[in-house]
Amino acid sequence: MLDKLKKIWQVLNRPSVHYSLGFLTLGGFVAGVIFWGGFNTALEATNKEAFCIGCHEMENNVYQELQTTIHFTNRSGVRATCPDCHVPHNWTDKIARKMQASKEVWGKVFGTINTREKFESKRRELAEHEWERLKANDSLECRNCHNFTYMDFTRQSPRASQMHSTSLASGEKTCIDCHKGIAHHLPDMEGVKGF
Amino acid sequence: MKTLKLVSAIGLLAFGALMMTSVSAASIPEDKIDTLRQAPINIEPTPPAMQNVRNTDVKEVRNYPMQPPVIPHKIDGYQLDLKVNKCMACHARSRIGDSQAPMVSVTHYMDRDNNFLAELSPRRYFCTQCHVPQLDAKLLVENDFVDMEHLIKTNTEQKKH
Repeated sequence: MLDKLKKIWQVLNRPSVHYSLGFLTLGGFVAGVIFWGGFNTALEATNKEAFCIGCHEMENNVYQELQTTIHFTNRSGVRATCPDCHVPHNWTDKIARKMQASKEVWGKVFGTINTREKFESKRRELAEHEWERLKANDSLECRNCHNFTYMDFTRQSPRASQMHSTSLASGEKTCIDCHKGIAHHLPDMEGVKGF
Repeated sequence: MKTLKLVSAIGLLAFGALMMTSVSAASIPEDKIDTLRQAPINIEPTPPAMQNVRNTDVKEVRNYPMQPPVIPHKIDGYQLDLKVNKCMACHARSRIGDSQAPMVSVTHYMDRDNNFLAELSPRRYFCTQCHVPQLDAKLLVENDFVDMEHLIKTNTEQKKH
């Protein structure tokens, strides 16, 4: 047994003595492609609605709330699923967000929000995290679909065009400043600016 | 004891008979029943197409002075519960500077003894109890409501003659 391990170590320690350079280069390339493809496939798999609502915490609370909103069903049949708003589309940002999400795995393992009551008592905190994130990136996930430069104010209601052509146009406000609670129920808004 | 039971049994029977005759007597001919249901009770009619909410953002005239003003915009998805009152995000006294929306009248900050409160009175909290958006729909039943102003006008004109 020890001999076998020693042999394996010898090969790993100086592979070029045992294998040709061409084999190692090609093998490394193929292995790299497989690893990279597998990694991204796994990453994409965690970026699907089915994965998000695989946990009852998400399915029974936030997913139920989403279903009544315009982002779920609407006249034009475009749907925003969980990752469209909650995961950045850009690769580096996505990886950063996924690393943050390891906290959510911790929460799942220890049942931080595994009952309705626990979820409700955490709702304000969870919502604040999302508001902060969207405020910090200038509502990037909203703007992935809702591009300001493509907006036709004449097709908006007077109230909407008034707000969009002033505060939003000047960059003083961003989407999330006014559009809180558009996809999920709001927590107690005591002390939140704008309420 | 036995006679009491007998009397009460007869009484019950008599009451039942009376009820049955009164029910049959009270049946109303179909054409006398006012209904919005234009199909037999066992058939589910195709509902009319849903109407769009008027979303003009222009104030609508009140039909009588004490009418709660109607909402001239969509309120889809506006949360209105114990946690949040979305309407007040624009219509509260402290918010109208930003929103330029009409402020809810001072009566909404008064309790029923006319004392002013710091916050919205609980009895006025649920806006949609009185204020509602309007549809661009045809009237389902005829409405012969006459505005007070017109009544006064016709009255004074009649007196002149």
